[in-house]
Amino acid sequence: MDYKIAVIGDRESVLGFQALGLEVYPASREEARRVFLGLLEKKERYAVIYITEELAEGLAAEIDELKDELIPAVIPVPSKSGRTGFGMSALTKAVERAVGANIFESEG
Amino acid sequence: MAAISVKPTRMELNKTKARLKTARRGHKLLKDKRDELMRQFLQIVKENKRLRVEVEAGLAEAMAAMSEASRLMSPELLEQSLLYPKQGVEADIRVKNIMSVNVPEYIFRTKTDAAEDIFPYGYAMTSGELDDAISGLSKVFRDMLELARAEKTMQLLAAEIEKTRRRVNALEYVMIPEMEKSIKYITMKLEENERGNITRLMKVKDAILAEAHGFEP
Repeated sequence: MDYKIAVIGDRESVLGFQALGLEVYPASREEARRVFLGLLEKKERYAVIYITEELAEGLAAEIDELKDELIPAVIPVPSKSGRTGFGMSALTKAVERAVGANIFESEG
Repeated sequence: MAAISVKPTRMELNKTKARLKTARRGHKLLKDKRDELMRQFLQIVKENKRLRVEVEAGLAEAMAAMSEASRLMSPELLEQSLLYPKQGVEADIRVKNIMSVNVPEYIFRTKTDAAEDIFPYGYAMTSGELDDAISGLSKVFRDMLELARAEKTMQLLAAEIEKTRRRVNALEYVMIPEMEKSIKYITMKLEENERGNITRLMKVKDAILAEAHGFEP
C-alpha cells in the first residue's frame, strides 16, 4: 500500500516542498485545524504529516491524540520564521512520559 | 486496614501461593522488559535530538534561500515555477518490532532518482537562489524522513514504557503485598484453628477419662 506525505504550513514555508513532490496544504492559523482534520479523514493515506511549529502549537491537543497511533506521524518542523522550540518540547514530553519525571529539568 | 476477603482454607492458601509465585515472576520479567525498553528509548531519543537539530538547521538554510528567491522573483512566477513538480514521493510503511512494540519504518520511492533532476522549471526565468532552496530542501528532506521515523518510534516506545512501568508498580506495590498479606492471614487462621482443635481434644480426653475411671481433672 502506498502512503503519501503531507506538509501543512504558511504559504511561503511550504512552497518549496511542493517542488519535492510532497502534498502541500497552505494554511493560515485559522484554517490549520480544518485542514489538519480534513487530512485525518483520509488517515490511512498519509504516512507522515509535517506541520510548521506555529500551526502545530494551536493543534497540540489533536496531535497528542495521534501519538500512540502507528499512522500518521505528525512531525512539527520549523517554518520560514525559524524554530519556536515546539518540536523539541515533544522530545522532553516523551522522556517525561517514559521516565515519569522530567529528567532534563535541572539542565533547564 | 483493608478487610481481607479470602476464605481461610488450605485450598485458598495453595492457590494464593501459586499466584504469588506467578506474580513475582511476572514482575521480574516486566522489570527486565522495562529496562530494555528504556535503553532502546534513550538511544532513539538521542538520535531524534540529533536529527531534529540537523533538520532545523537545514530547513533554516533552505528557507532563507527561499525567501531570497521570493524577493528576487515575482510571486506569480515563483508559484508557477513550483506548481508542477517533477519529483514525486510515495511512502511504504514496514512495521518493525522492538520489544513487542510495533514501530514504523518508511521506505520512500521517488519518481526520479537523479539529484539534479528535481527542478520542475526551466532555468531561464528563475533565480539561482530558487535552485539553492530546492536542492537544500531535497537534501534536508532525507533527514526529515529519518526524523519522522525516530520521532514516531520514540513516542510509541514512550507509551509502552509508561504502560510497562505502571504494571511493574502495580505488581510491586499492590498485588504482591496484598497476596503476601492474604497468605499470612490464612496461615495464622489455620494455626489458630489447629490450636483450637488440640485444646478441644484435650478437653474431650479429660472428660472421657473422668467418666471411665472417676478421675477428677
